[in-house]
Amino acid sequence: MQKKWWKILSLLLLIYTVVGGFLLSVPELNILNETIRNLYFHVCMWFGMMILFTVSFVYSIKYLRGFQLRNDIFAHHFAAVGSFFGILGYTTGTIWANYTWVTDQSQSLGSILKEPKLIGAAIALLIYGAYFVLRGSFTDMDKKARVSAVYNIFAFAMLFPSIWIIPRLVGSLHPGAPGSESGNPALNFNDIDSRLRMVFYPAIIGWTLLGVWIATLKIRLQLIKDKSLLNE
Amino acid sequence: MFSRILTLFKKDILLEFRQKHTFYGILLYIASTIFVLYLSIDRPDANVWNGLFWVIQLFICVNAVAKSFLQENRGRMLYFYSISSPVEFIIAKMCYNLLLMVLMSLLSLLLFAIFLDNPVTNTLWFTGIVILGGASVSIVFTLMSAIAAKAQQNAALIAILGFPVILPQLLLLMRLSKAAFAEVFREGAVLQLAALITGLDVLVIAMAIILFPYLWKD
Repeated sequence: MQKKWWKILSLLLLIYTVVGGFLLSVPELNILNETIRNLYFHVCMWFGMMILFTVSFVYSIKYLRGFQLRNDIFAHHFAAVGSFFGILGYTTGTIWANYTWVTDQSQSLGSILKEPKLIGAAIALLIYGAYFVLRGSFTDMDKKARVSAVYNIFAFAMLFPSIWIIPRLVGSLHPGAPGSESGNPALNFNDIDSRLRMVFYPAIIGWTLLGVWIATLKIRLQLIKDKSLLNE
Repeated sequence: MFSRILTLFKKDILLEFRQKHTFYGILLYIASTIFVLYLSIDRPDANVWNGLFWVIQLFICVNAVAKSFLQENRGRMLYFYSISSPVEFIIAKMCYNLLLMVLMSLLSLLLFAIFLDNPVTNTLWFTGIVILGGASVSIVFTLMSAIAAKAQQNAALIAILGFPVILPQLLLLMRLSKAAFAEVFREGAVLQLAALITGLDVLVIAMAIILFPYLWKD
C-alpha cells in the first residue's frame, strides 16, 4: 500500500505542470495576458475538490450500506482534503480576479465577490464546514458516523444544483456563464487553446492524485489510531 | 399506508391544538419581528423589502419547524417506531410542517403588507411564490431538524446545518420574487425558475424518504 505507481505519476505530472505551466507558450489574450497560467492551478483545485467530495459521498453511501467504521473514516478525510482544495481554489481565484476583474482600484471587494460561481463555491465550503461541526457534536462514534453520513449525502445532493445549475442561469464575469462572451471575450473557455490543453489536462490529473495521496495518508493514520475500534 | 400518514398528521395537528402556547409563541415571534422592522425602517424599497421578507421567513421556519423533532422524547419515538414505518413518519412530519409554514408565511406576508409599505405589484403572483417558498423551506428544515435532534446541542445546530443547504433555494426564491415587483423577465424565465425550485423540492423529499430510515433507528 505504501508505494504505488500513481504517486510517482502524480509527482511527475506536477513537476511537468509547474515547469511546463510557467515556461511553455500560452495564447496572448487581452486582459488575461500571462495570468492565464493560473488556469493550471485555480481550475484544477475545483476539479480536485469536486472529485474528492464525490469520493467522500460514495464512501458515505458505502457506510450506510454496511455500517463499517472504516468507510466513515474514508468519507471524513476525503471531505477534509476536498475542503482544503476548495480553500486553495478560492485563494488562487482571488489572486486571478485581482489582476483581471478589478478594473478600478476604488472598486469594493464586495461587489466583485457577488458572483454566482463564487456563491456556489462558498455554499460548498459552508456545507462541509457544517459537516465537520456536526461530526464534532457527537460523542458516540457509531451515531456520529451514521448521522454525518446522512448529512453528507443530503448536502452533496443539494450542492450539485448550486454549483452546476444556478450559475449557468445568471450572467457573470466568470467564464462559463451565458453572456460572458459579450462582456469579456478573453474569458471564453469554450474554445480552449490546444497549447493550454497540453498542460491543463495533465495538471488536473496530477493535482487530483496529490489530493488522494494526502487523503490516504490521513486515513492510514486514523486507521492506526482507531485500530482497536475497527476490530480487524 | 395513507391512512397511517393521515393519522400521524392529525396527531400533530391535535397536539398543536392541545399545546397552544407553542403556536402562539410563533405568532408572537412573527408579529414582534415585523413590528421591530416597522419601527426601524419606514419605507424600504423593493429590494430591501424582498431581502428582509425572505430572511424573516428563514428565521420563522427555524423556530417553527425546529421543535417538530425536538419535542418528541425518547419514549414517544420508541412508540412511533413500533407502530409506523420511518417513511410514513417523515412524510407525515413534512406534510404537517409544510402546512404550518405556509400558514405562517401567508400571515407574515399579510403583516408585511400592513406594516411595511407594500411594493408588490402582482399580489397573486407573489402569494404563489410565498406558498412555494414556505413549502421548500419547511421541507428542508424538517430533515435538518431530524438530523439535529440526534445531536445534543440541537437548537443551534439546526441553523448551522440548514442555512448552507437552503441557500440555493433561497437565492432562486429571491430572484423569482422580483417577477412580482414588476421587474421584466425574459420570456419563460419565471416558469423556468419556478420549475427549478419545485424540482429541488422533489429532490429534497426524495432524499428525506431515502435517508430518514437511517436516522430513525438507534
